Amino acid sequence: MTALLDLLPQLMKGLQTTLLVTAFAAPLALVMALASGLARLSPIKLLQWLAVIYVELFRGTSLLVQLFYFFYVMPLFGLSLDPVTTGVLVLALNTGAYGSEVVRAGIGSVPKSQREACIALNMSPAMALRRVIFPQAFVTMLPPFGNLLIELLKATSLLSLITIFDLAFAGNTLFQTTGRTLEIYGLVLMIYFATAMVLTLGMRWLEKRMGAGRDLEFRP
Amino acid sequence: MNFDLTYLLQIAPLLLKGAVVTVQATVLGTLLAAVLGLLLAILNRSRLRIVRYATTAVVLFIRNTPLLIQLFFLFYILPQFGIALPTYLTGVIALGIHYAAYMSEVYRAGITAVPRGQWEAAHALNMPRALVWRRIILPQALPPIIPPLGNYAIAMFKDTPVLATIGILEMLGVALAEANRSYRYYEPLTMVGILFLIFSLFSAVAVRLLEKRYAAR
Repeated sequence: MTALLDLLPQLMKGLQTTLLVTAFAAPLALVMALASGLARLSPIKLLQWLAVIYVELFRGTSLLVQLFYFFYVMPLFGLSLDPVTTGVLVLALNTGAYGSEVVRAGIGSVPKSQREACIALNMSPAMALRRVIFPQAFVTMLPPFGNLLIELLKATSLLSLITIFDLAFAGNTLFQTTGRTLEIYGLVLMIYFATAMVLTLGMRWLEKRMGAGRDLEFRP
Repeated sequence: MNFDLTYLLQIAPLLLKGAVVTVQATVLGTLLAAVLGLLLAILNRSRLRIVRYATTAVVLFIRNTPLLIQLFFLFYILPQFGIALPTYLTGVIALGIHYAAYMSEVYRAGITAVPRGQWEAAHALNMPRALVWRRIILPQALPPIIPPLGNYAIAMFKDTPVLATIGILEMLGVALAEANRSYRYYEPLTMVGILFLIFSLFSAVAVRLLEKRYAAR
């Protein structure tokens, strides 16, 4: 047991970065998902196309390829960011593209009668979205968003490959200095798992809170 | 920054060779994941509670930990137990195990969708359990879940670049090796991105066709 304890300080330092990156990337991804998801439903053709291109580009190429592209190629075009910013940006863009589909499905899941009721009440489309459609859609989006959050957390491990000292990087460093593979990678897996479980519980709580008193099924 | 087409043509054969490795790894990984996933899903229906709990725990753990670390785990730990596999095989196994956990959930959904009455009828006919699975449940459970399984195959395809980290020369591995040699990242990485995009778009169309084919059931 003591053998494991001396590994922990290093790993915890790595975990801090992992959590930090996740904490910055997740809200940014949410913004991208909402912006592109809504843009695809917009009546303006240009916005639709921009959203489609963004989503297909980031969903169609691999995250690791995107990461290396932003890390090695973008500086050639004058976009020089430090590794952590690059990592957060790419993770957010990638996760946002997947989230875009969630937003689209969520909005689509709101019964048509709701929209018709808004029209009958002479609401502007923007107001209908803000007051009626989106609040209902958002509740249905939360479970898939929770899954994406876990995917995001797991994806942060790839940042270790662009020199960011995250949990995976800490594990690799310890492995190189001590060679105790089984303990180190076992422990790293456990820590990722525990973090994911905490995030899952948090999302469950949020789902319950946001869903309280709401019932999408109409029961006469 | 100019895109050097002659340089690109020069490295294109290497990249395509990498693409073959990528596709191979995806196909083998998918086959492994499909088999392991089905096994996990069936075990999850076991009459022994401990087996059910164990499979649930395994699936939960694999789904909630990064593929990269699972890959390192297998790559460094298997040899310690005297299992020295070729690197390529280790990569395929890691992909297969990771996605088996996801696919088992898909299988589970398919199996749950088979009406209870089918189990009961088979039971009433005194069929042995193995036969019920083979003749009654799986033939009904499998067709509707082929498209979602296809989606996971595509997801796996996009995860294969991770194999470059243990030295497998798939597309990204080739591109990075080439870039390290020539200090030119622009052309190889752009090409890899484009190849991924092409493959992904085609496979998305393929899954849509599968959906059309199996949706009618």
